[in-house]
Amino acid sequence: MADTHSVIGTKNKKGQTFTDTWAMMNDAPRTPSFYTGSEVIKEALRRASCDVMIAYPITPQSEAAALIGELFAEGYIGDYFRGESEFAVMSQCAGAAFGGARVFTTTAGPGTMRAMENFPMWSGARLPIQMIVTCRGINSPLSIQPDTLEIAYLLNTGMLVWHAETAQDFFDWILKGYMVSEEPDVHLPLALCCDGFFVTHTKDVVNLTPADMCLPPYDPYRSPVPCMDMECPPVRMMRDPFVMKSNYISYATHASWQQEVWAAVERSRKHTIKWLNGLIETENTDAEILIVASGTAVSQGREAIRLLEDEGIRCGLVKVKVLRPWPGEEIREATKNAKHIIVPEFNVTGWLAKEIKATIPNSERVHAGPRVCGGMTMPPEIIVSEIKTLLGIHTVSMASRG
Amino acid sequence: MTQYRVLPGPEHFLPPSAASMGICLPNPGEAHVNGVIVPEERAYEEAAKQFLMAKVPTIFPGPLVLWAWNEKAAKKATAVRHLYNTLKECVQPGQTPMLIPMPDYRPKYPKINPEVEINPNHPNLTIWHNKIDCCMFVGVHCHQANLALKIIRGGTSCYTVAMCAQAGHEDAMLSFRDASVEKIMKLAEWVRKLKGTVQPRLTSAKSGASN
Repeated sequence: MADTHSVIGTKNKKGQTFTDTWAMMNDAPRTPSFYTGSEVIKEALRRASCDVMIAYPITPQSEAAALIGELFAEGYIGDYFRGESEFAVMSQCAGAAFGGARVFTTTAGPGTMRAMENFPMWSGARLPIQMIVTCRGINSPLSIQPDTLEIAYLLNTGMLVWHAETAQDFFDWILKGYMVSEEPDVHLPLALCCDGFFVTHTKDVVNLTPADMCLPPYDPYRSPVPCMDMECPPVRMMRDPFVMKSNYISYATHASWQQEVWAAVERSRKHTIKWLNGLIETENTDAEILIVASGTAVSQGREAIRLLEDEGIRCGLVKVKVLRPWPGEEIREATKNAKHIIVPEFNVTGWLAKEIKATIPNSERVHAGPRVCGGMTMPPEIIVSEIKTLLGIHTVSMASRG
Repeated sequence: MTQYRVLPGPEHFLPPSAASMGICLPNPGEAHVNGVIVPEERAYEEAAKQFLMAKVPTIFPGPLVLWAWNEKAAKKATAVRHLYNTLKECVQPGQTPMLIPMPDYRPKYPKINPEVEINPNHPNLTIWHNKIDCCMFVGVHCHQANLALKIIRGGTSCYTVAMCAQAGHEDAMLSFRDASVEKIMKLAEWVRKLKGTVQPRLTSAKSGASN
């Protein structure tokens, strides 16, 4: 039987030292490095003691998937192969996780949608798979450009859903993500999302932990369900779903099972707060105007706040790092002083604004926008313009930029 | 701070998970009683008291202790047997301690035999049939334990205790975490310590009659 703690301080076959994750992430020296987001994913995986990575090409995650192939060639990943489609990849990820492996994959846009059936299955089977989602457009006419609409579909799968703003978030959260999702009281898959291209294909300075340190291996014996037991749920459900039996107790069992998945999402709250230092980050929440955003919309919000300050308009910021579990209490507290809550988003439906409206009192304070989609950029000036319009201040239309 | 408390049922047609009602799991060195975090020592006393008050105090050992898949499991099984024997020695006439295994989690149709086993998919059958009014889960995989604990809370008045080897269970009325041989033995010590000091409920267990 594996004992995760007993391997701390020993070396893996690549000469990396299995290191206490808290010490590695918080105390170990960091080296500033100038990398693309895709390269950062590779560097995080180098340190993640990952057993299996399964890939399928789809823009904009293909580069990361290919770079992880290089890691496999170098001997840092236990196994690596290309699936037949995203649906196959996610099913194969489930098989590997059922077998007790630490599993990683990446996908984007239509790939996420194609594989969607697997995500509630992962959650229901309590498989702590980590999936990077480099968000892009999903609808016809086809677009490979940044768009976060697919996150809306992930929110009710029972997966943990985090939304990274920067490549630094990505590096840290990939490693910390395993620590949260592999807790026995959580043991759920994590969809670690970012805005495709904006994060994956731009270079940034990222502070990396030492490459000779790596996470302790996954210990499948702490799983809340048995590994790969063909006679017992959850594996058995694949061939003999008890929900198919038409009687009250089967329905009640399935209901209790679903509740348990969402209970596990709730339990992740405590661990996530510890590792990410809170589910949200805030600045100047005593301001009457507040920008609440996730992903790269946060970065655009920061720039808008700087522009507004130049004009003497004070504005605060809430960065929503974690979407599941939903930081309802934190958002209620952070927004209690705000008269105007601006929610800029990179998608057409405004799913974040809807979540916030459903969370806070006096939801008429929420201004769902500005929104762009289909690969459009969001100049900070349009956030400024939107805020000024709300305040009744004359502003020059940004339409001529289009 | 939640006002919700994890209490014996029958609670609801479909009771909520305790986690969704704001109940949190204890940290190492702690336990919870009715969803309130307490020092572990306090939980030993309460669990022993509940066992000694019950008409049919029952231990449900799961696969993680039933099968000798490693040395630790075998030792835990011996400790569970010791707890059961201690219960038998410490109860009064009219009380009937039981040890009923949960050997696996397979859905079984048309139904399990409630005299010989408990199954997480329909645990109430065993509770009702044997009129069990206090039970302890030990060696059950966490997901399956929570599944069963929630169904029991929904449809019976049975007091539930979890001796969990991981982080504990909010869906039990009382939960230990990081269960070990020592903790199981310590609970047996507490049962012995409280012998004769607790008035048993010798009226018919409500759990057997509910729903």
